[in-house]
Amino acid sequence: MTIDRRPIVLHGVFLVLLAAAFFVLPTYHAGNLSRVMTLAIYAMGFNFLFGYTGLLSLGHALFFAAGMYGLGMSMTGWGLTPLPALVVGVICAAVMGLLIGFLALRTKGVAFMIVTLMFAQAGYLTIFYFGEFTRGDEGFVIQQAERQLFGIDLTSEMGRYFAAFILFTGTFIGLSRLVQSRFGRTLIAVRENEERTQMLGYDTQRHKLSAMVVSAAVSGLAGATYALLFGYVGATFATTQYSILPLLWVLLGGAGTMIGPFIGALFMFYLIDFASGITEAYMLIAGVVLVLLTLYAPQGFAGELRKRMIPWLP
Amino acid sequence: MEFGPHLMLAALEGAVTAAILALTAMGLSIVFGVMRVVNVAHGEFYMLGAVIAWFVATTLGGHPAMGFVAALIFAPLIVGALAGAADRLILQRLNYDPDRTIVATIGLLYIIQQSTLMTFGPDARPVEAPFNQRLALPWWEWGESGLEMFWPWGLSITSYKLFVIAAAAVILIALWLFMTRTKAGLIMRATQQDSEMAQAFGVPVGNVYSWVFGLGAGLAAMGAVLVVPIQQAHYLMGHDPLLLSFIVVIIGGLGSLPGTVIAAILIGMSDGIISVFFSPTLAKIIATLLVAMVLVFRPQGLLGRSES
Repeated sequence: MTIDRRPIVLHGVFLVLLAAAFFVLPTYHAGNLSRVMTLAIYAMGFNFLFGYTGLLSLGHALFFAAGMYGLGMSMTGWGLTPLPALVVGVICAAVMGLLIGFLALRTKGVAFMIVTLMFAQAGYLTIFYFGEFTRGDEGFVIQQAERQLFGIDLTSEMGRYFAAFILFTGTFIGLSRLVQSRFGRTLIAVRENEERTQMLGYDTQRHKLSAMVVSAAVSGLAGATYALLFGYVGATFATTQYSILPLLWVLLGGAGTMIGPFIGALFMFYLIDFASGITEAYMLIAGVVLVLLTLYAPQGFAGELRKRMIPWLP
Repeated sequence: MEFGPHLMLAALEGAVTAAILALTAMGLSIVFGVMRVVNVAHGEFYMLGAVIAWFVATTLGGHPAMGFVAALIFAPLIVGALAGAADRLILQRLNYDPDRTIVATIGLLYIIQQSTLMTFGPDARPVEAPFNQRLALPWWEWGESGLEMFWPWGLSITSYKLFVIAAAAVILIALWLFMTRTKAGLIMRATQQDSEMAQAFGVPVGNVYSWVFGLGAGLAAMGAVLVVPIQQAHYLMGHDPLLLSFIVVIIGGLGSLPGTVIAAILIGMSDGIISVFFSPTLAKIIATLLVAMVLVFRPQGLLGRSES
């Protein structure tokens, strides 16, 4: 079997272009792009579960928020430096993923969606219940002086952009290798036909649980990165809306593709940015896009591209 | 106030919550039972009912009772028609594929909610109750000379709240008669049991689905019209009823109608009583987690029978 080099070249070119974009784009758009890259990490984490394993969770905000609060509270509470705090955030989210996965994966289909939604809602309320420490809706700010990594100032445009870029690239390469590994291909088999995969002797339940933990950890990484780069931790990021957004990005960009989540996050970010300039009811756009996508392009952008033009698109 | 009268007050408030919840959850339950569709936009149909009630009442003016009666007729009809159209335009084209319908109803949720924000605005607006006398309630206690009756200060309910409880009961009984005694109800139950077989016997399943989806939304709107004189109309008011309805439908057993009513009474009453005596946030956390656990360990619901 020869290795198809086209995906590697495509991804390489994409990442180089992304790095170069910082020097070409005006400051405002470069700032936006660092936000989009962070959100795209979240979308990739969601996509790993939804696009590759076939499990639709409506409660991923829980993992995003777990990473965010894990980093934020260990930095302000215990005085940790960013790198260990980032690890704490990821571990928090992974543990959450293990716990929720252990319970929720006993259910299937619609019940799985509702259970994850309910756990996320309970998590959101818990943030309020411990408002003394979490500051509830108001949230808290991570001081600029603390947001330094290896002597790089993460509050500067450049530091922020390349921190987001490095974490995005790491996640991107890591997940695309994972998807092509034995483990990843078993997950795709679970998505396509769980009973058959089970009959072939795979422990599908354990595979799904592992996928859940990976997905939660990556989502937590995104949450922690977001808090670190933009310096704010708040309960808004635990609302149902933040569980729906990654679904929207992934559906728009193309579920089960590597590049789709980034495209979806980028497109939606600018669409919502544009809409919120016109009306405060900017989530209307999100609703319309969701309905149109399910009706006319369930494969998303990259999925349609793969179907019509580039069958080798990873 | 002492414990006894306090508990009674909480129970009465709980009964009002339960009555509204029974109507709203029934709408969700019928839609799930017949169509196997989880309608995430259900809370928005509820909200739309309240907003239309405000609109009808303010346009008509005059005596509050007139506006209220008009709202009780028109709001469910308009909301039902909108829902039926949404079913035709969106859900039917998706062939009711479970994953895609959920995503589409999430989209519908944002479309309805945000359109309301654009037109109705972010303010909460009240609708006047058709009648609203305060009724003091008695309490009995063992005194020196046997059972004594007295009127504790603060133990009272409005006549309108009693009306809400009665109206909800009447609507539910009418619904039950409709489902069990009419031909339309028979067709709906036939579609619920086996849609393919019903289709083979000449039941227009597509039309039945649109009607059922409209009926479900209409029931939510009816609950909202009843609640809007107590609680103001607001574009975000659909969130809590949606979550509570989910809880009720899950506890009562997905798609089981008697189970839904029993669970609504259970949840509504306990919600009223718990939030009087405990922190409402903690009560909500515990309730949400318990329901998630019910779905995990008893997916057929507490009152439902397991499918064999």
